[in-house]
Amino acid sequence: MYNSDKVIVGIIIFILFFTLPFWLNFGRAKALPRPELPSDTKECVESREYMRAYHMKMLLDWRDKKVREGQVYYINSQGKFFKMSLQNTCMKCHKSMEKFCDRCHSTISAHPDCWRCHIAPEEVKKWQ
Amino acid sequence: MAISRRDFLKVIGITGVTSAVATIGGVLIGRGEDILKEIKPASKVRWAMAIDTRQFKTDEDFQKVIEACHKAHNVPNIPDPIRQVKWIWVDTFEKAFPTIEHEYISEEIKKRKVLLLCNHCDNPPCVRVCPVKATFRRPDGVVVQDMHRCIGCKFCMAACPYGSRNYNFYPPREFLSQVNPEYPTRTTGVVEKCILCYERLDEGKQPYCVEASEGKMFFGNLNDPDSPVRKAILENIVIVRKPELTTKPMVFYII
Repeated sequence: MYNSDKVIVGIIIFILFFTLPFWLNFGRAKALPRPELPSDTKECVESREYMRAYHMKMLLDWRDKKVREGQVYYINSQGKFFKMSLQNTCMKCHKSMEKFCDRCHSTISAHPDCWRCHIAPEEVKKWQ
Repeated sequence: MAISRRDFLKVIGITGVTSAVATIGGVLIGRGEDILKEIKPASKVRWAMAIDTRQFKTDEDFQKVIEACHKAHNVPNIPDPIRQVKWIWVDTFEKAFPTIEHEYISEEIKKRKVLLLCNHCDNPPCVRVCPVKATFRRPDGVVVQDMHRCIGCKFCMAACPYGSRNYNFYPPREFLSQVNPEYPTRTTGVVEKCILCYERLDEGKQPYCVEASEGKMFFGNLNDPDSPVRKAILENIVIVRKPELTTKPMVFYII
């Protein structure tokens, strides 16, 4: 290879420059979202890991079951019954949209449109 | 040995007849099985409502029922009459029953006001036209509008002969004086209508309007001979709105 010393140095500089943000932020993950968990209850509808991974699928499933199939209750893996409702089940424990939902959603730029129709607990205060 | 012309024709004839019979029979039998598959057992529940127009006399009677529904479902109170949103409302006999209205019917009936709402038709035209199946008919007969799917095309508004559907031209939250935190509002760009409180029906309760009417409205399962609706229909003279359109309304008016 001609001019191999210059080329190799160039490649190394290029790689370093391109991965600069990664090196600069190495070991300090500051922006981790911290959603506020309810203080009075420890148990959600399903386990914490399951809810973290699949809450969006579960909510869509609840929506279809309730609106289109006329079911009222969700039975969780332990056999407990829960009324399928975003406003009346989820938000009874998670009392804030801004402090719970939005913290993760804003960090990862997810914009679910639930609250365009469903009334968030914060919104209710506007009428009181 | 050569086959004679006569034998050849016999064989051809018998084969033809047998295959024709087999084909037609097979098609018929197959078709019969298909038809049997298509026939589903009729749902045991068929919700219906009867409204006693004789008992609704003052404006207060109507307002009580309308408010109970509109408050519970966060229906906005929009002053613009063309773009207002309503789930249950009042109109004159003439407007409600244009084909029954006649020059010589009694003055009392002509002046009578009628409570109107979605008729939850057995043959709902709004369901037929909806391009995204946002509006659908449940097995128990309730015609439900799924706001999650509605794209706001307004086809259903054109199809509904009763004017039961309204489009959200304005953001509905700006026109709410108070809010029921247990029920969602709607958003700009969807069509909405009465849903016969299907969530309450699933929980075994009666619709809000029936509860608030204090015995002026009858509700129940039309397939059950002992239900209040069946009795009300049996004991009184009832009419439905625009029966000539064969939408089969399930809201009956006692005259």
